[in-house]
Amino acid sequence: MSKLSIRNFNLYYDDFHALKDINMEIGEKEITAFIGPSGCGKSSLLKSLNRMNDLVEGCSINGEVLLDGKNIYDKDVDVNTLRKRIGMVFQKPNPFPMSIYDNIAYGPRTHNINNKARLDEIVEKSLRGAAIWDEVKDDLKKNALRLSGGQQQRICIARALAVEPEILLMDEPTSALDPISTSKIESLVQELKDKYTIIIVTHNMQQATRVSDKTAFFLSGEVIEFNDTDTLFSIPKDKRTEDYITGRFG
Amino acid sequence: MSSLRRIFSFDHIIRSLIKLSALITFGALFFIVGYIFIRGIPHLTLDMFALEYTTENVSMLPAIITTLMLVALTLVIATPIGVFTGFYLVEYAKKGNKFVDLIRITTETLSGIPSIVYGLFGMLFFVYRLGFSYSLLAGTLTAAIMVLPLIIRSTEEALMAVDDSLREASFGLGAGKLRTIFRVVLPVAMPGILSGVILSIGRVVGETAALMYTLGTAAKMTDGLFSSGRTLSLHMFVLSNEGLYVNEAYAVGVVLLLIVLAINGLSTYLSNKLRKGE
Amino acid sequence: MKSKSFEGFMKIVFIICAATSILAILLICYFIFSGGVPFIMEYGLKNFLFGNKWAPSHSPQAFGILPMIVGSLLVTLGAIIIGVPIGVLTATYLAKFSNKKIYRFLKPSINLMAGIPSIVYGFFALVVVVPVMRNLVGGTGMNIITASLLLGIMILPTIIGLSESSIRSVPESYYEGSVGLGASHERAVMTVILPAAKSGIISSVILGIGRAIGETMAVILVAGNQPRIPSSLTQGVRTLTTNIVLEMGYAAEAHREALIATAVVLFVFILLINGIFLIIKRRAMN
Repeated sequence: MSKLSIRNFNLYYDDFHALKDINMEIGEKEITAFIGPSGCGKSSLLKSLNRMNDLVEGCSINGEVLLDGKNIYDKDVDVNTLRKRIGMVFQKPNPFPMSIYDNIAYGPRTHNINNKARLDEIVEKSLRGAAIWDEVKDDLKKNALRLSGGQQQRICIARALAVEPEILLMDEPTSALDPISTSKIESLVQELKDKYTIIIVTHNMQQATRVSDKTAFFLSGEVIEFNDTDTLFSIPKDKRTEDYITGRFG
Repeated sequence: MSSLRRIFSFDHIIRSLIKLSALITFGALFFIVGYIFIRGIPHLTLDMFALEYTTENVSMLPAIITTLMLVALTLVIATPIGVFTGFYLVEYAKKGNKFVDLIRITTETLSGIPSIVYGLFGMLFFVYRLGFSYSLLAGTLTAAIMVLPLIIRSTEEALMAVDDSLREASFGLGAGKLRTIFRVVLPVAMPGILSGVILSIGRVVGETAALMYTLGTAAKMTDGLFSSGRTLSLHMFVLSNEGLYVNEAYAVGVVLLLIVLAINGLSTYLSNKLRKGE
Repeated sequence: MKSKSFEGFMKIVFIICAATSILAILLICYFIFSGGVPFIMEYGLKNFLFGNKWAPSHSPQAFGILPMIVGSLLVTLGAIIIGVPIGVLTATYLAKFSNKKIYRFLKPSINLMAGIPSIVYGFFALVVVVPVMRNLVGGTGMNIITASLLLGIMILPTIIGLSESSIRSVPESYYEGSVGLGASHERAVMTVILPAAKSGIISSVILGIGRAIGETMAVILVAGNQPRIPSSLTQGVRTLTTNIVLEMGYAAEAHREALIATAVVLFVFILLINGIFLIIKRRAMN
């Protein structure tokens, strides 16, 4: 059974039909990339998977998103618990204006872990997991805003890992970063694959080929093609996919 | 001939008028402040800070203490109400909500009402209808309503300036609305909110008309919530209105100006901090 | 689940706090209007507004507030004549003619000016302006000119603050467009920037009017406070605000109600001014 099943999913911003009848199965411990031109709906779908779209005014949905077989839009689902299980990393690094330690501990504390020793352990584990422990271990009291952009983004990844999510959603996590930081994040994503199911939105097709197992191509709110990354990029079935990956538009 | 034309040229006249205006504005300010300081500082005697007020020493210490109490109590009441209102307006209310429009119009109207109208209202409602008589409590409640719009507006502006991505990050980690507001948004917005609170302190310290018939003008130190007193500004008004204690009034003016300078320094410091975003 | 009900509880707390200011304004309106309007009805609106005799201790009593309305309008007009040109030009100086170094010193000075208690301004006018005025025109020195001068200075920070920010918010391209056609800096500022900032400047003037008409304690000290219609600018006047403060301490019965009714008139003035201000602001936003 797949980890996440998206079934007949539609999303509207007021009258605008932003996602049209999406069906998709996402397997456990796979990396799935969402690609497509801007405005195609890939970020909207990502945000629907941990219900961040609840925060958007005028946004309404129908259809189902099943996490381990349970619809996350059911009335009895607690959004906060859901977001603990499905973590998110954003486009722009957005560490809280507090110390590195407090940034990482924010999530666990939110979910009522206050034991100092336990928190220390989680902070170290998460920072190691995000491959930034060695850079910051002597300076955990430092304000996270004083780090470089690439370091900040890895702090944000560590922060997401600290609540021990099952799925990690990444919304163009490298678009604000320089090439060196980008490659660090990409290899980190590869390492994380052993433990987490990852969905990554990217505008960068090379990135999709480098990191992902599967790729979905979005256009005007529809999934045009969803396949193994290698297959999709080497023998696209749809003309529009081919046009996009060969750079004819977008 | 050419120099005459230069003097009467449009540019020259405009530039001169603008500079003259700035000179008048800042000249007046520095003259007022300087004059009060120069005439007042020699009269700042130890007598004026005696614990007991008598008609001999016209001590301002009771007034200073009453002012501090009034400011503290006013903030205790107005700050949570104002900040929470800001929370509602920015963090909860949806766009185009009629209730929000109503609150906005209300706060704007409240901030335009002259202090004497507040004073009269406080007298009719708190002093007579609720039977508080001239008292610290009646003065506090009147002052609290008066500074409410200041705190609401500064909270609103400070909250709106907080980057939405921080809220998203917090929600994304499974935090609820309250935790997000108090742990993430509030610390970032704090300097802005504080500068509104500091402005309110200034407003209360400088207030006279709203307090005359609510707090009253008793010269002794206030004994408690239901006892009258007078703030420094009221003290200065009474002294200058009677015309018998002009030198003492200068001295009180010096103290008031020092307080205002301190308040302004603090708020400038905070707004610089806010701009740097630390 | 417990935290969820707490979330709901706090949301209600926030809504209640937000409703406080609405409750406050309703209470203020109720107490001021219910205290004053019955008196106006009984005494007659026309007699009250246009009666030119205020004699609460005579018998029969007379409660005409025309002298105070005239007084308020005169000192406010005077304050505007003095304060608006100086204020707007100072704002122009701050926004377009001062260098950064001076500005960093002058801007806090404007805030300081706004923060100085009105009683300090009033006292200063009493000890400095009044004697000068006495020497210049005779009498007590407490007159319309003195009060206008005082209020003109007091409304400067209000006018400067709002005017400056509206001048600054005019797009730079307007200026460039004008200078690009060969206009001098002065001409570009006066003929393009200031007209473009018009609505903000008008708003600042309206706020200044509100501040001047509502000012009380400073005016008491220097306006003379005679409740009669002045025949020259060197005579003293009494304003609506000062009328209330001067007599509230000992007024009773009809006299007291007449003072509250004075506040009703003042309040209506202020609501009108606020209304105009809000309309201009909304229009500028659209």
